[in-house]
Amino acid sequence: MSAGELPDPETARRWLEKMVLIRRFEERAGEQYTRAKVGGFLHLGIGEEATIVGTVAALRPDDYLIGTYRTHGHVLARGSDPGRVMAELFGRVDGLCRGRGGSMHMFDADVRFMGGYGIVGGNLPIGAGIALSSDYRGTDEVTLCQMGDGAVNQGTFAETLNLAALWSLPIVFMVVNNLYGMGTAVERHSAQPDMKRRGESLGVEGVECDGMDVVDTFETVSRAVETTRSERRPILVEAEAYRFRGHSVADPEEYRTSEEVEEWRERCPILLFGNRLEEAGIVSGADRERIDAEAVAEVDRALEFAEASPEPEPGSLHDDIYVLGGQVRGWYSDHREVGRSTAGQEAAG
Amino acid sequence: MPEMRYREALNQALAEEMERDETVFLMGEDIGVFNGAFKVTNGLLERFGEKRVRDTPISENSFTGIGVGAAMTGLRPVVEIMTVNFSLLALDQVINHAAAIHYMFGGQATVPMVLRMPGGAGNQLGPTHSHSFEAFFLQVPGLLVAVPSTPADAKGLLKTAIRDDNPVVFIEHESLYGRRGEVPDDPDFTIPFGVAAVRREGSDVTVVGVSRMAITAGEAATTLADEHGIEAEVIDPRTLRPLDLDTILESVRKTNRCVVVEEGWPHGGVGANLAALIQEQAFDWLDAPVARVTGADLPMPYARNLEQLSFPHGQDVIDAVLATVGREVGAP
Repeated sequence: MSAGELPDPETARRWLEKMVLIRRFEERAGEQYTRAKVGGFLHLGIGEEATIVGTVAALRPDDYLIGTYRTHGHVLARGSDPGRVMAELFGRVDGLCRGRGGSMHMFDADVRFMGGYGIVGGNLPIGAGIALSSDYRGTDEVTLCQMGDGAVNQGTFAETLNLAALWSLPIVFMVVNNLYGMGTAVERHSAQPDMKRRGESLGVEGVECDGMDVVDTFETVSRAVETTRSERRPILVEAEAYRFRGHSVADPEEYRTSEEVEEWRERCPILLFGNRLEEAGIVSGADRERIDAEAVAEVDRALEFAEASPEPEPGSLHDDIYVLGGQVRGWYSDHREVGRSTAGQEAAG
Repeated sequence: MPEMRYREALNQALAEEMERDETVFLMGEDIGVFNGAFKVTNGLLERFGEKRVRDTPISENSFTGIGVGAAMTGLRPVVEIMTVNFSLLALDQVINHAAAIHYMFGGQATVPMVLRMPGGAGNQLGPTHSHSFEAFFLQVPGLLVAVPSTPADAKGLLKTAIRDDNPVVFIEHESLYGRRGEVPDDPDFTIPFGVAAVRREGSDVTVVGVSRMAITAGEAATTLADEHGIEAEVIDPRTLRPLDLDTILESVRKTNRCVVVEEGWPHGGVGANLAALIQEQAFDWLDAPVARVTGADLPMPYARNLEQLSFPHGQDVIDAVLATVGREVGAP
């Protein structure tokens, strides 16, 4: 645990509450996956709560956040309703994306969470485009673009960092280095495993933080965000982190030892931050139990909400493929309908 | 009405829309200082400045993705891909992102971006600069696809593309850039998507021509009338999504025969798609199978004679029409 200065007691408690909420939410999501209530792939953020909460705390409400396919925690930290996040996992109409995206494709425009993306590295240029837009519109908003260590080997990493530096875009690239790109260890996927140096070779300053420590993450990301905001240049933050669960729930974890996982679990970001707050007299043991019970209750409510939410109407299947307006008409898409082999959607106008 | 070249009409469309709407900006390789590989963006850097005319590094996937992000947050980027083959480097951003975002995020975001790219053969640029990918992009739900063949359409459709809230793949033709035609200079002139142009009326056969092939089909129709007494109705769909299928079906119900002409590959092509739609919707009106005239089923060769054999010419259209109407090729 670093000696980074604790924030005010209220903020510190809120961080702890958020981290616990994410932990309990993810555990429940995993459990629902094993009960086949959640389909597809499910990538949990258990173990990475400090990187999530510390990062989100460093952003202003008008800053943008864009992430990967492991972003339940990010939308929750950003303030999205847990019920709507769970409903999205359930593929229900009240989900954040009305059941269209699922676990890997969260989005909440209201809190400027600009998406979870299922293509590794696919979110990097989009994040840079959002940053360009902030600049173009003359605002001082910053975009934080989060990725895993696996993304640094995609072409978009080199392309986008180069462009961001070239065009002085207000974007912070955050590499959450959890030591494995799926099942491939960093030293097996990267000839240069120092992510900061890779960024620097492209003209982007690199800094690092202890991603298991919410205070250190907050301080480092805050400095990066404010530097980016005032100096109009991208910065890369490498957060050392670890996921306690597999890459996805369907991961047998044959690429790492249980001893290694246990060693990291001793650095559990919630346990250590809770201990520190208790030592500082900010929370009591009873407070910690209460925070946990409240998180469990909130997740229970989220689950009830998701279960009660209806499936999307079959008739809504073709909604939102296109934005249809008065200026365009004609056959947009074919879909099968009973009694008619091919039908088109006709726009007004 | 002033006469101008196809590239000048595109340039005028860009300038007018940039003048009209502050959120419209351009990105692409060598579009600024170099004034564009095909000079479509000539003079625009000088006129609008570096904020709005951005030279990019050679990073198609990322500058396309930057367009996606900018479009999601209030801007209207017009991204130039230097040649259609290079768009393959950007397909992740085009298909997994631009086309999907509005749908997969439940309608919370839109991507009003235009992706301009020139395609087509005839300039001996070989297998990496000469293809026609209309069919690829046509296949993707979420994208709109425009294929202008005249200077007026180039201008009117590009202005509509920029104003549309969907991602638009706007496929220009390298061999048409220098072609002249009358173009309205009214800044409010636009051409709506999904409205085909009937280039020539006729009662014997419907010929649908895509992009430059609309012109090739028109020339063939003149010969068919003059030398064979066959009146072909030539239709230029102008946009493939949305598709003005009604106009095509109406014509087929009149002529009972149809030939589709495109430069792209035959398998899974625009013509294959149109043939399926026509037989599904107008089977009882057909007196002959829907015929296709397409580019050759191979990577484009460099040698001049081989390249010329690899995309349709007027004679290919004439032969297909004669076969469709049941006349022997070569017979008067």
